[in-house]
Amino acid sequence: MSIASPALSTAAALGVSLSGVSRVFDSKVVLRDVDLTVAPGEIIALIGASGCGKSTLLRQISGLDLPSSGAIAINGERVTGIDLRCSVGFQEPRLLPWRTLEQNALLGLPRGTAKSEGQERVRELLRLVGLADASSLRPRQVSGGMAQRASLARALARRPGVLVLDEPFGALDALTRLQMQDLLLDVHAAEPTTIILVTHDVDEALYLADRVVLLGTDPAAPGSGASIRSITAVPGSRPRDRGDATLAHLRAELLEGLGVHTHHSNH
Amino acid sequence: MPNRTIAEAPAPETGAGAPASLHQYSSTYGYSAAGSEATPPVEAPVGSRRSTRGWLISAGVVLPVLLFAAWWTISALALVPEHRLPSPASVLEAAVELGSNGTLLTHIAISTQRVLIGFAAGSLIGLALGALVGLSKWGSAFLSPTVGAFRAVPSLAWVPLLVLYVGINEDSKVALIAIGALFPVYTTVAGALRHVDAHLVELGRAYGLSRWELLTQVQLPAVVPSIVSGLRLALAQAWLFLVAAELIASSMGLGFLLVDSQNNGRVDRMFLTIILLGILGKTTDALIGLLEKYLLKRWS
Repeated sequence: MSIASPALSTAAALGVSLSGVSRVFDSKVVLRDVDLTVAPGEIIALIGASGCGKSTLLRQISGLDLPSSGAIAINGERVTGIDLRCSVGFQEPRLLPWRTLEQNALLGLPRGTAKSEGQERVRELLRLVGLADASSLRPRQVSGGMAQRASLARALARRPGVLVLDEPFGALDALTRLQMQDLLLDVHAAEPTTIILVTHDVDEALYLADRVVLLGTDPAAPGSGASIRSITAVPGSRPRDRGDATLAHLRAELLEGLGVHTHHSNH
Repeated sequence: MPNRTIAEAPAPETGAGAPASLHQYSSTYGYSAAGSEATPPVEAPVGSRRSTRGWLISAGVVLPVLLFAAWWTISALALVPEHRLPSPASVLEAAVELGSNGTLLTHIAISTQRVLIGFAAGSLIGLALGALVGLSKWGSAFLSPTVGAFRAVPSLAWVPLLVLYVGINEDSKVALIAIGALFPVYTTVAGALRHVDAHLVELGRAYGLSRWELLTQVQLPAVVPSIVSGLRLALAQAWLFLVAAELIASSMGLGFLLVDSQNNGRVDRMFLTIILLGILGKTTDALIGLLEKYLLKRWS
């Protein structure tokens, strides 16, 4: 699917590098020494137990929050505040209820976009996410999946170099979630961007990502803050087979890393 | 599975606060109309819904008709002397008499003008103050104790000072009405802005909205229903303060007509004025009610 019109496409996917990123909230260490280099156009899935600081790390990358120490750079340039090279997608669609889906997506455009160009862009994106016929509906008139797709269109509107997604499909039902994963891959193929997404779902991580980053606390040093426990390169190229046997092995390994045993045993 | 993360912990509480504070506010004012008419009954099946609605509207007419009948009966039977309770006919006569030489229309016009100007001025100031206090931590810290203290002064206590400083003229009356209209708008707007969904505000920030854009594109639209409720309360206050201002010192207007009639023992005209005030107040309130309905549909 090639929908991005070349005349408008100027931005490219940007690399992200985190070096020694730590975050302390009121003397509670949440993140400790996170080092990660993400290549332009790569898809990274961040997994980890609840409350381990995955979302916090995403907020650092988008500049919504700043690290207590360490540095984050997008394309080699340090992130010092809300960084518009990066778009954020949240677990909730966060659409403005008084705007139509199209008007909501328009919010994602960079300041100073010419009106006609912006509308063209948004129309194109709404088509890409399958909302061409729903563009004039209000958020409360559409399903959760449609709202989340609208928020994805909004996030893509400004051709972000980096797209960070915080459990974007976590609130959706299982079937819609699978459809959204395929949609995200279509979008990634059509729009050049680097994607870093947080998920709880190991299968989702393995299906979407080039690499899966497991975030967690060292069991030997509880309270020391989460850092990267492992980075798993997912073999094969997308689109992957959801039933791939080689992935089953990785799946067990990652679940183990999350503290879940694939075979329930009594001991 | 509850997936709370640390990042969510410092975010302020969201939702639910605004309606609660509104409700509290309207009950302080003994005024329950705010927003209550905007929600039509939903449960009734389609067929009976229209007729139920019709009956509900007619129900509101029952009491006035009964009151009028009681009034008419009492005065027709002369249970109360005419100088205490005028007959409906004599009130109508007073209306025709005052209406034919144009004085009644002048009284109504000047009063309405005062209410509208005072209401507009007070609401705008209330909106601005409410926005400052509701949006900025520093604005709130700096302003809200003082505004709160001013609000605690019964507004009529300003009358002597207003008369001294501004004089007995149009300005002092409009100023008093503006003071009356200011606080309901201030309180509702400040309260509602404080409770705008933090998620939406964060979204706006993440998408690079400036403070002004955040205000005009996210925060103000989010509180439109509260603003309208505040305006509705403010309008009721404006009429209240109009009469107060005109009772104290004026040579025109419905409040003046009331005092003048009292001094001349024209109880029929007093009745007429009170009925007119009721009709005018209810009419302007209904107009805002229509605005509210439209805005609720548009903005929520």
